[in-house]
This record gives sequence, C-alpha cells and structure tokens, in this order.
Amino acid sequence: MIDKLKSVNKETLNLLGLIVLLLIIFILSLSFGSSFISPLDVFKHFFKLGQSQYNFTINTLRLPRTLMAFLVGAALSVSGLILQVNIKNPLASPDIIGITGGASAGAIIYLSFFSSRLGISGLPFAAILGAALISLLIYILAWQKGVSSIRLVLIGIGIAAAIDALVTMIIVFSPISTTVQSYVWLTGSIYGTNWDELFQFLPWIFIFIPLSFTFHKSLNLLSLGDKIAASLGLNIQINRLLLMIISVALAGSSVAYAGGISFIGLIAPHMARKITNRSYFHLIFISAITGGILLMGADLIARTVFLPLDLPAGIFVSGIGAPFFIYLLYKNRNNF
Amino acid sequence: MKHILRNKKDKFNILLILISLLFIVIILSLAIGQNFISVRTVFEAFFDYDQDSTRHLIIRTTRVSRTVIALIAGSGLAVAGALMQALTSNPLAAPGIFGLNSGAVFILVGFAAIFGTPSMSINIWLAFIGALLAGLLVYFIASIGKRGLSPLKMILAGAAVTAFFHSFTQGLLVINQESLESVLFWLSGSTAGRDLKMILPLLPFILFAVVLSLILAKDINILLIGEDMASGLGQKTLVIKILLGLSIVILAGSSVAAAGAISFIGLIVPHIGRFFVGNNYYWLIIYTFIIGALLLLLADLIARIIIMPQEIPIGVMTAFMGAPFFVYIVRRGFKVHD
Repeated sequence: MIDKLKSVNKETLNLLGLIVLLLIIFILSLSFGSSFISPLDVFKHFFKLGQSQYNFTINTLRLPRTLMAFLVGAALSVSGLILQVNIKNPLASPDIIGITGGASAGAIIYLSFFSSRLGISGLPFAAILGAALISLLIYILAWQKGVSSIRLVLIGIGIAAAIDALVTMIIVFSPISTTVQSYVWLTGSIYGTNWDELFQFLPWIFIFIPLSFTFHKSLNLLSLGDKIAASLGLNIQINRLLLMIISVALAGSSVAYAGGISFIGLIAPHMARKITNRSYFHLIFISAITGGILLMGADLIARTVFLPLDLPAGIFVSGIGAPFFIYLLYKNRNNF
Repeated sequence: MKHILRNKKDKFNILLILISLLFIVIILSLAIGQNFISVRTVFEAFFDYDQDSTRHLIIRTTRVSRTVIALIAGSGLAVAGALMQALTSNPLAAPGIFGLNSGAVFILVGFAAIFGTPSMSINIWLAFIGALLAGLLVYFIASIGKRGLSPLKMILAGAAVTAFFHSFTQGLLVINQESLESVLFWLSGSTAGRDLKMILPLLPFILFAVVLSLILAKDINILLIGEDMASGLGQKTLVIKILLGLSIVILAGSSVAAAGAISFIGLIVPHIGRFFVGNNYYWLIIYTFIIGALLLLLADLIARIIIMPQEIPIGVMTAFMGAPFFVYIVRRGFKVHD
C-alpha cells in the first residue's frame, strides 16, 4: 500500500516536473529569436501589463509557431504510441514503417498538381489519404495468415525506400525554386506558421486525440497480448482497425502541416513510459506532452542556435532520434 | 538452394549469352537518348570518327560516359551486395539498406558544402571513408547482444544509421542551399552529366576489389558453411572478413562516387545470380558482376526514354524495381531467430 502510494507520488512529481518543463520551453520559445524578449516581458505581454510593442513578434510570429510545434509533436507522439501497441513492436513508428512517407508523397503530389486548382485546404486530406493507402499496402503485403510484427516492420522499411524514391522524383522534376522549398518542407519545418494554418490543424487534434483517449481500455487490453485481450471480450480486429485509423489520421495531418518530421513518434512514447507505467489513459496524456516538448525544444534550437539561419526542426529531432533508436536496439538486443 | 545451372559447361554458356546481351544493351545505350542515332552511326563514331558530326560527338562524349558510369555503378553495387550477403549471412544485406550509400553521400555533401565541389580523385576517397564509417557503425551496433549479428538487428541498425546520415545531409543542404542543385544527383542517383575523365580514376579501384573478391571466392564458400566450421578447417576467418569488408567498401564507395545513391541493385542482383549458379561464390561473383552492369544499364535506358524529353533519376528507377523484390524476399521468409 505504502509502496503504491510512493510510486504514485513519484509519478505526480514527474508529471509536475514535465509540466514545468513544458511551460519553461514555451516561454523560452516566445522570448528567443532574432530579437530577444525577456521572459518577464513575455509574462507582462500576456497579462496586458506592458505596452503592446511585442504584438507582432509574439502574437503573429512566435505564438502560432510554438503552438503548432507543440500540437504536431503531441499528435505524432500519440500516433506512435498507438502504433507501438497495435503492431506490438517497440521499434515501430509512423516514419520507420512508411506511414509518414506515404503522407509526404500524398502531400507533395497534391502540392505539385492540385493545389493551384483546389486550394491549400485540401492538403491534409491528400496527406492522410497517402498515409492510409501506404499503411493499407504495407498491411496487405505483410499479411500471411495473420501479420507478424517483424514482417510488418521489414516490409515497411522496404516500402519506405520506394516512397522516398517517388518523392525524390517529384522534387527533381519540380523547378529548382520549389525544389529547395519542398526539400525544407520534407525535412520537417514549421517555419512561418500562421494562425490560419493552426486553426486548420486544430480540428484534427480536437477530434482524434480525445478519440484516442476513449480507446485507452482497448489499448490496455491489447498490450497484454491478443489471446488475453480476446478472452477478456475485446473484438481485436475491429479495435485494431479503428486504432490504426486514429494513428494514421494523426500522423497524416501532422505531416500536412509540418512536413516529414521523423522519430518523434518513436522516442516520445518511450520517454513517457519512463515517467509512468500505469494505464494507457495516463500514457496517452504524458506521451502527448513529451512529444510536444520535444518538438517545441527542437524548433527552438533549430531557429535560434544558427541565427540568422532558420533550420528545419526535423534535422534536430533526427539528430536525437537516431541515436535513441540505436539505444532502443541495444536495450532490446537479446529479443531479436 | 535451388539453382538451374548444374554443370560447368552450362554456366559458361549462359555467361556467354549474358555477356552478349550486355553488349547489345551497351550499343542500345549508345544509340538511344534525346535523339535516336542509328547503330551504324554508333559504330562509325568509334571506328570512323568524323569530327564535324554532332552525332559522333554526342556518342563519344555524353553517351559513352553515362554508359560507363552505369556499368561501373551496376557491377560495383551488385558485387558489393553479394559479398555483404556472404559476410553477414543475411539475404537482405545490400549497400543501400545498410546505410553505406547514405554515409558516402553525407561525407561527399559535407565536403562539398565546406570546401566546394572537389575533384573526382578526392571524391573517391571521401566516398570510401563515408561507406566505411556507416558500415562499421551498422556492423558494430548489430553485433551487440547475446545472439550476435542477427538479420533483423542489422536491418534496423541500417535504417537508423541511414536516417541519421540522411538528416545531417539534409541539414547541410538547407544551410547551404546553393550547393543543393549540384549535389541533388548524389541524393537520387544519376548517370548523367559527368565527364568520362572524371570516372576513369575509379576503374583501378573497382578492378582491384573485384579481383580481390574472386581470389577470396573459395574462402567465402568455406565461410558460408559456418564460421566455426571454417576456423576448424584452418581458415583465418578474421583476415578473410576484413578483406571482404575492404572490397565491399571500395565497391560501394566508388559506385556512390560515380553515380550517387542507387538503391536495391546490390540487393536484387545477387539473388538473380543465385537463381542461375547457386551459392558457389566463384561463379556468383562473375555472374553478379555481369548481371549488375546489365540491369543498371537497362534501368538507365528505360529511365531515359520512358518520359521523354525528361528522364527519371536512375536511383528512383531501381527503387521501383527493387522494392517489390525486397517485399518478395521478406515474404518468402528467411532465418529470423525467434
């Protein structure tokens, strides 16, 4: 009993620490940039104590970008968490098995061929459609009297390479002025996010994140293994399909607004597991916060350290993510 | 392992057929492009050169150089793939999948970003260093753990290392956008637009590596029985492995230096070769050498004409050809420890 209490307390402390960290990075994101605004002034600005001299810098430039970084990070992280349970592989993430690649392909095709006629608001649908088609393809190709997770990951890696080639081809054929643009976008960048984009992205978050919370019980059961889950009365196939749809929608819409940011979906859920190992209700919540912090932090570094250059945040995420993946491989070294 | 050619005579005859096929494709590759040139003119360009003829000029400059590049890159990657599959006893091993290509590309782009585009003789060494770095990294990461080098771990480590180098390459390119145009071909793989003179320094390296691997063929065959058995038979396994690694790095590195990151050729070709001659590496290396050149040249030819007047980057072509094959090998199943 006391042990349990202790562990809950420790968890609460961790959670508090996480939220404090979130606030700190949030404030820092608003104060650092090509012009420095002291954190105190940021506070004053929010509580309308100072003059409105920072209206443009904070409200128009930094705030939407910071919020977007948080939301995209959260969405990718929850998407990765669901995927890891769903295909029972701690190394799965939307980018490694090609879902992000599918979304990028959908988005790039839309940008090159349809956006001039249909407008930019169709972009997330194209990205999600791409992600869904590729996920379906990988799932079908990995099917051999059921899907084994190893086969799924391997085929995902193969398909991801082919999708990569497709995307490269489209980029090479676009004129050089848009090549650099597409390239930056592909690396994952939230450069120049404005409120309109943020508001377009919000519905996806507000629908699919709460939806994933409603599935926390099925996640709990699925993580125990298919047999136990089925014997406890869970319809595995339907739940797995619905979870997959949530995961694809979150990953796809993130790619549409932030490009191919990789590794967040892989590492953030693992970090969350370090903080809590209670039910998936907590895990989803904490994964979302961890993912958000990671991307916000990466974007902060990417746009400030190399001033006046504004680098894509995706580079920094991969810079941390790839070594972390190797660490995971090392930790699971006796399981493969 | 099932294979169709059982005796030496058959193996030799089919090899001759493949070589003649290669010659036909070489001639086609010289004749077909933005404008078609008759086969007769192709021969004239070599044996009866007319300085005033633009067609002769096209053949002797652009067409010859891209054909040679395709031959070098195709055979180099294919043999590298075959050697890697033996070294790691993993049917999915290939330079692209293990990140050798991305390592080489990263070093090349990094050097170009800092010091400007270097000459080919420097490029070769840069590509070697990059391929070696990535190869060692993947090999090291995949060998930790009780079961040692397992196929799955190798592929996952390869994917991680590829992603790692990829992100750094992208970072460099975003910082230094002017260099993007000049190095984009390394990213997607291309045979076009380079002078033959730039490629020639690669030839001795490739020749050395192929001869070395042919000398090692017998030892590879013994190694394939199993490492314990091989050292029991008195083989210096470590020396063989290091020499194999050396050939792989030279072959993969010079292919990238010549044509950029071309994926899947190193994966597919050894399997096609095995279909003909089985796992006898003496024959397999010769077969993969020829088939690799043939396949990449064919892919290049198709890439050139399929959406005229533009062309598809060759690396994209091979990825489209290779990905289904990769899926097929995974589905057919291979030894995974479970």
